[in-house]
Order: sequence, then structure tokens, then C-alpha cells
Amino acid sequence: MTKVVGARLKRKEDPKLITGNGYFSDDIQLPGMLHAAILRSPHAHAMIKSINVEEALKAPGVVAIYTGKDLEGKIGPVPSSWLVPGCNLKEAPQYPLAIDRVRYVGDGVALVIAEGRYAVRDAMYLIDVEYETLSPAVGQKQSMQNDAPLVHDDIENNIAFHWKAGEIPEEVCENAEVAIRQSFYIQRVAPSPIETRAAIGQYNPGSGELTLWCTSQNPHIHRMVLSGVLEISEAKLRVIAPDMGGGFGGKIGVYPDEALVGYAARDLGRPVKWIEERIEHFTASNYGRDEVLDVELFGKRDGTLSAIRVKNTHNVGAYLSTMGPGVSTIDFGLMVTGCYKIPYASCETFGVYTNTTPTDAYRGAGKPEATYQIERAIDLFAKEIGMDPLELRRKNFVQKEEFPFTNAQGLLYDSGDYEKPLTKALEMFDYNKFRETQKELRKQGKLIGIGFSTYVELCGFGPSKVAGAIGFQGGVWENATVRVHPSGKVTVYSGTSPHGQGHATTFGQVVAEKLGIPMDDIELVFGDTKAISMGWGTYGSRSVAVGGTAVSIATDRVIEKAKKIAAHELEAPVEDLIFEKGIFSVKGAPGFERTFQEIAKSANMAWNLPEGLEPSLEAQSFFDPENFVYPFGTHIAVVEVDKETGQIEIKRYIAVDDVGRVINPLTAEGQVHGGIAQGIGQALWEGTVYNEDGQLLTGTFMDYAMPKARFFPEIETAFTETLSPVNPLGAKGIGETGTTASTPAIMNAVMDALEPYGIKDIEMPLTPEKVWRAISESEGK
Amino acid sequence: MAIENVNVKVKINGKERCAKVEPRTLLAHYIRDDLGLTGTHIGCDTSQCGACSVMVDGEVVKSCTVLAVQADGSEITTVEGLGDVNNLHPIQQGFWEKHGLQCGYCTPGVMMAMVGLLKQNPNPSDEEIREGLEGVICRCTGYQFIVEAVKHAAQIMRETEVQLVGEER
Repeated sequence: MTKVVGARLKRKEDPKLITGNGYFSDDIQLPGMLHAAILRSPHAHAMIKSINVEEALKAPGVVAIYTGKDLEGKIGPVPSSWLVPGCNLKEAPQYPLAIDRVRYVGDGVALVIAEGRYAVRDAMYLIDVEYETLSPAVGQKQSMQNDAPLVHDDIENNIAFHWKAGEIPEEVCENAEVAIRQSFYIQRVAPSPIETRAAIGQYNPGSGELTLWCTSQNPHIHRMVLSGVLEISEAKLRVIAPDMGGGFGGKIGVYPDEALVGYAARDLGRPVKWIEERIEHFTASNYGRDEVLDVELFGKRDGTLSAIRVKNTHNVGAYLSTMGPGVSTIDFGLMVTGCYKIPYASCETFGVYTNTTPTDAYRGAGKPEATYQIERAIDLFAKEIGMDPLELRRKNFVQKEEFPFTNAQGLLYDSGDYEKPLTKALEMFDYNKFRETQKELRKQGKLIGIGFSTYVELCGFGPSKVAGAIGFQGGVWENATVRVHPSGKVTVYSGTSPHGQGHATTFGQVVAEKLGIPMDDIELVFGDTKAISMGWGTYGSRSVAVGGTAVSIATDRVIEKAKKIAAHELEAPVEDLIFEKGIFSVKGAPGFERTFQEIAKSANMAWNLPEGLEPSLEAQSFFDPENFVYPFGTHIAVVEVDKETGQIEIKRYIAVDDVGRVINPLTAEGQVHGGIAQGIGQALWEGTVYNEDGQLLTGTFMDYAMPKARFFPEIETAFTETLSPVNPLGAKGIGETGTTASTPAIMNAVMDALEPYGIKDIEMPLTPEKVWRAISESEGK
Repeated sequence: MAIENVNVKVKINGKERCAKVEPRTLLAHYIRDDLGLTGTHIGCDTSQCGACSVMVDGEVVKSCTVLAVQADGSEITTVEGLGDVNNLHPIQQGFWEKHGLQCGYCTPGVMMAMVGLLKQNPNPSDEEIREGLEGVICRCTGYQFIVEAVKHAAQIMRETEVQLVGEER
């Protein structure tokens, strides 16, 4: 049998999806089902003077309307789940509907329930809300000023938290031969899965069980948080994440909306469905990023880096989201040195409330921002000292013999060999030749540039002890059960909750290889809190490293038990049993065999089991890793800038990633491509725009530029494999590498192209207008 | 004043179907909610994403911005009409073989749009496929494997002379 792990297998998930047989939230139709719509604030900041629902209640099909006041005392605030310690964190209660004051465009004001998709919207627009508008706090830097409007009256200067990590001795900065100081803005971006969020609630008044289908990357976290909000026992609340049309972090958060749907379904005793409209995705779903990074990088003229000092001013929006506070602190602040051996680092983060939609984890969560600032600063430093940016990188890389390596912020990088993917990338791209060509083209007035991004990121969320220490309100271990049926076919239950990553295939490969059974004999169950006892979901590139490891360990346990049964039947000592390619045999006794399927039957029939052994063949693992995993790699971007129009064309894109063991190269490449598209989207096109009144100017795909196919060249990908020592699969994490690496690679390439103009930075996204303006202004100097 | 519901009759995936709907019902909702064919998805409400693309009388149409009444009497093909798991359409084969989908939500619409492209151009270049994808948004794949999928489908179709949908089979 050929190796299954590492094989380029097409996905088990696909037949249903390509034939239109997926089962997404809006496909759910229940008898007597009602539709819900949420009336949202058109103002960034206003007092609610009155809400008149009289007309709306008379509209055809209306069953109920709830306002914030109606729900007071009946449904609790939705809490943040990452209460980072030691940062004077001030959480403001976010009630599912605003009670007397709205704090962002999109803040929920009333919940309407009616018969039918259209009727509910007809009724919603008949609600008359009288507002008294207040001055809004919009940008984070302005909102921290003493005279800024307060988002929450009792929170001074709108500072939600102030976090610090790392110390740099003053003389290190003072004595530095070179100091680069640059401010970068990582603009706010929308996760934008093509399937928006959704929730469907169904309550059984007889049993008291509430079932909530919702678009969730982590249904058990939804269950845990919502059981508190709705005051219902976890045993009575079943959360199901059906097929999901993407997440990208936007479906991690527990939102007021899901709580409202659950509440209404229970209150009315009828099923209730809410499907987020795209404009709601832009006004009411958590965004990513929105961080101002003031960076100082210190070192010597010979390229030795000595310290990095970063201040991150993070726009958290009007409330603290589920993972929000951890993103710009732990995820960002501990990774500011990137893949470099910089002896000293410090990071200070201000989380600032503003009258905007909350921000939360978005693909990469903190690591793309950390990578961006260090990779950009490295390029600026190289330019300052006249060194090749690649040489500066190599000079400061953590060397492979130094792993496990503790970075300046105290994180222990598990394993690495940063030269390896770089070397591979340079095999794919003749750098020296490029520099020659670039010189020639520059003479002809053409602006072509190259950008490198050599990155490392923290993935594989575990270990739970660490999660506790950093204030995460949950564990981050993972759970898997491997259940062998009497026929020898297998169901795997995982606490991770995929939404496009292909876990049924990759986890299936792990099990198929170990058990020596066909992929078709293995099914994966996920996303249902009733089927799976506990789990922590899919985000932060944790599924394979943590969830896949749990599957692997549970499978080993199945084999261990099966061996005992086989040994008993074959009348041989267990230690003489060999299990290979699905066959149990006895060492030195050819012909004494049992197939896996035969043992599955024996285990389940239990007619003849070894003394003391319980029937059935099933095992569970609750794997809590000892450390995070740290994937790394090198990305290279080549761009050409049209100096007449400011238009940027990506000429080549090379990605070499090292994510430890690659279980399935096909799905791995897919993850890399998608991640790169998203990271390039951040660099070049995507960006949320609020005006000074806090009005959202980018509320549809007509105003918010999503990456399109024709924007990209063919992406050239390759992998190197440096196994992680922290899990038996040796796997790291791949979902976010592309997003983390690509944004700085593109920015560095564009800045390299613009080098003749002496331009140091342009704020993302690099729209042609901004680039053209930067060129024009520099020419005017 | 309430407007009377109207009967909308179509031939969808080869079968005559009808349902009484409000005149303002979007074709996408008619197909999904009234005819129960949920493979066609809605993603953006403004006709940008193309997840709702279907074929109406041989033309690719974004069904979220067309009224069901406008489609009365027409022939519609949705993803369910392309092929089933035992008899996949070449475009479905292409998407499966080449990993042209991840979450699979935009996929039915993207496949319909690409069927439309291949009808016009049975042998498109990479660039032509990327241009042909202009009307759709996929957030997962970065498009590269979609391009591969379409090329693969085009090849199968050329080799086997498979008829496109919307034509006599």
C-alpha cells in the first residue's frame, strides 16, 4: 500500500459540494419556521430617544418585535473570551440589543420576527427610532486624546487596555549606530466569507433543549458562551455548525445576533432563522486588523540588529470581541522579532474603543501584523546601511542549530531552519539576474521591484496552561474520538470545526495510513456539540497540529486495544503481534492473521474477548500540546508599477513554506494560494473606510475591493519539511502562512520599485491613486 | 395594498416546475425556497459575487438580481442539473480533480459561470479564464486551482465532445 499521509489525494468533501448537495445554514427549513431581521443603527454614536414599533407590529406576518429595553434582565451581555491579564482591561458590557445608546453603525436596535423572508424586512423598515446623535470617536489615535468623545462614559480616554511586554536597556537604543523609525498602518479589513453569518434556533418546550445552528468556527465555544448569556445549561444547548461557506476568523466570535436568535426561538416556541445580509457583514461582523504600528529597529552599520521597540495602537471598535484583546497583545506583541535573533524587544499595545464595529481575529490574527512591521523595518534598515535586504535577513536569522529558540519576548520556537525555504525559493528565482535586469529597466524608466518576506508565525493554539496564563477564557487542547463500527468502517469525531480546509480528507489520511483501511471507510463528524463532547474549534492554524494529533493518538489507542483482541484470538502474546497494512499477524508465525475488519467485528460482538477487556473498539484523545508550533518560510514578490497611473502588476509570486509534515500537498497548496490572495488583498485592494462621522463608506462589494482572479499571476509554491517536535505528526500549521507572508512581500516589492523616488512608505491598500500621488509628490520635491 | 401572488412556471434541470410567489421574489429565492434546489447560493446581495449564477435559456444569469417572474416560461439549469455524483459534468470533474474549491459555497455559481465561458470559448487560455472569472468572487482558493479546474474541464469536453448544458442533450 502506498503512503497515504503525504499523498496528493483529492478531497472527500467535494462530491456533495460540487453537486449542490452541501447543507449550509440558509438551506435549513423547519416546520413553522419564522424569519428574523435585526434593525441596526444608521448612526455611529447616538442616544436612543424612543423606538416606536406600533406600525411595524401591524405589518403582515409580524409575530414579535423586541427592543433592548424589552430584553433587559432577560438576556445577558455577550462577553469577550480573551481577558488579557495585567493590562488594566476594561470590558464594557455588550447587550444583544442597544438599550439607550448606539455605539457603531450596525449596532443592533431591534429584533423583528415575522413569517417570511420579505415580510420581516417590510416590517423592520416600519420601526421608527428617534435618535439624538452624539459626536463619534473614529480613528484610534484621535480617540485616545483627552478631548475625544467617550464611547463608554466610564472608560477614560477610550483606553480598553494598555499592555506591555519586554524591556530594552536604555543604552542599547542610545548606543545603536542605526535606528529606523517608521509608523505603519495595517488597515481594517473584512473577513468576507462568501457565505455570510447565519443562525437558526429551535426550542423544544417539552425537553427544554435549544438547538442552535450557526456559522461557527468553534461551536463548543459558542455553546459555552451562549449558555451563560441565555442562562441555559450546556447540556440543554446544542450548537451545530453545518456546512460553512468560509470563516477567515469572522466566524470565531460569539455575536449578539446568535444570542438573539436563540432567545427568540425559546421565547416564541417556534424555529427562527436569521441570515446576515452582506451589508450587515460589513456593519455588524467583526473586522480584522486596524492597528497603527510605531516601530523602532536598532542595530549596527554592519547589519547586526540589537533591539526592536514597537507601539501598537489597536482600534478595538465599540466593544471587546471574543478574541479581540489577544490579537494585538499576545499574538502580535510576542512575535515582533519575527524570525530574527534580536536580543531585545519591547511592545506596548493600546486597545482603543471607537464608534466602529468591533475588530477580532482575522486570518493570522496578530502574526501578519507582527510580520509586516518587522519585514518592512528590515527592508528600511537594509536600505539605510546600504546592504542587500536578503543579506541582512540571513545575517540575523535564528540559526538552525539554535532551536528550540527562545525569542526576546520569551516564546519558545519549536523547530526551524530558515535558510532552507530561502534556498529553495532562490532555486526557483535567479535573484542576481533580477537585480541586473532591474538596473537595465530602471534606465529605461520602468519601475520593477522585488520584495522578500521571511517569516515565522505562532500557530497550533495549545497549550491550555499557557492559555490560562494569558487570559484566554478556555482551553486549547483538542478532542478526537475514533469509533470503529462492527464492519470495520470508522467514524472520527473531532472538536475542530472545519469550514473549507478539508479535514475529512487530511484527518482521513492520518487514520487510513495507521489502520491500513481505505479512505472511503472513514467518515469525519464535526461541528455538533451533541455528537462531540468538547473541542475548541478551527482557527489559528491549529486543526492538524492539535486536532489531527488527537485523531492520531486516538487511532493508536484503537490499535493498541485491537492488538489485545487479535493476540487473544491468535493465542499469542501481545508483544509478538505486528500490525501492518490492516493485518494483525504473529511474529515468526506466518499465516496466523486477523484483518482489522475481523477484529472490529470481534470487538463489537464481544463473544470472545480477553479477560477484563471491555467490548467495542473506540478510543478518545484529549491532546493538550506542550507548545505552540512555528511554521516559517520565504515568499518573493516581483511587481511592476506603472508610473503614469500608479497601477501595480504582480509579475511573479513565489512561496516556499515550511509547515512541518504536509499531510496532503494538494490541500496544502490550496491553503497557501488562498492565504496569499487574502494577504495581497490587504496590501493592494481591500480596506474599510469610515468617514469622520463614523459612517461606513465601504458597505458592499461594490465599494470594498475583493481580490479577483485576473489580479494574480500564477503563484509558484513549494514546501520544505522541518518537523515539529511538539506533536507526533510533526505538523505545524498552514492556514495562515500565505496571509502572513504575502502582505509584506508585496509591500517590500512595491517600495523597492519606487526606490528611485525615495519613497519609504505608502499606507495600504496601495490603490493606483495613492501610488501615483506618492510618485508625483516625490517628483515635485 | 397587497399584490396578488403569481404563478411562475419554469423548466428547471429538465423538469417542469411551478410555484406561486410574490411578484417581487428574486429568482434565487424562488429556486432555493420554492423549488427546493439549494445548490444555488446567495453571497453578496449586489450581484458582485456570482455565487447565485444559473443558466437561463442558455445564458449565465445572476439569479439574485433577477425576479422570478422574469424567468417565467424559461429553461433554467442549476448546479443540480449539471451532473450527479455518479455522472459528473466535466466542470464538476475539473473542480474535484484540481481542488477548485475549499468551502464550496461560491462553487456552484462559479461552475455555472464557467460553463457559460466554455460555451463561448471551448479552449480558453489561462488569461481568458481569469477574465471569465471577473463576475465571481471566491475567497478561499486564490483562483489558481479554479483556473486549473476549468482547463481540465475544457480538455475533457474537447476530448469527449460532451454537450454543454442549455443545449439539446
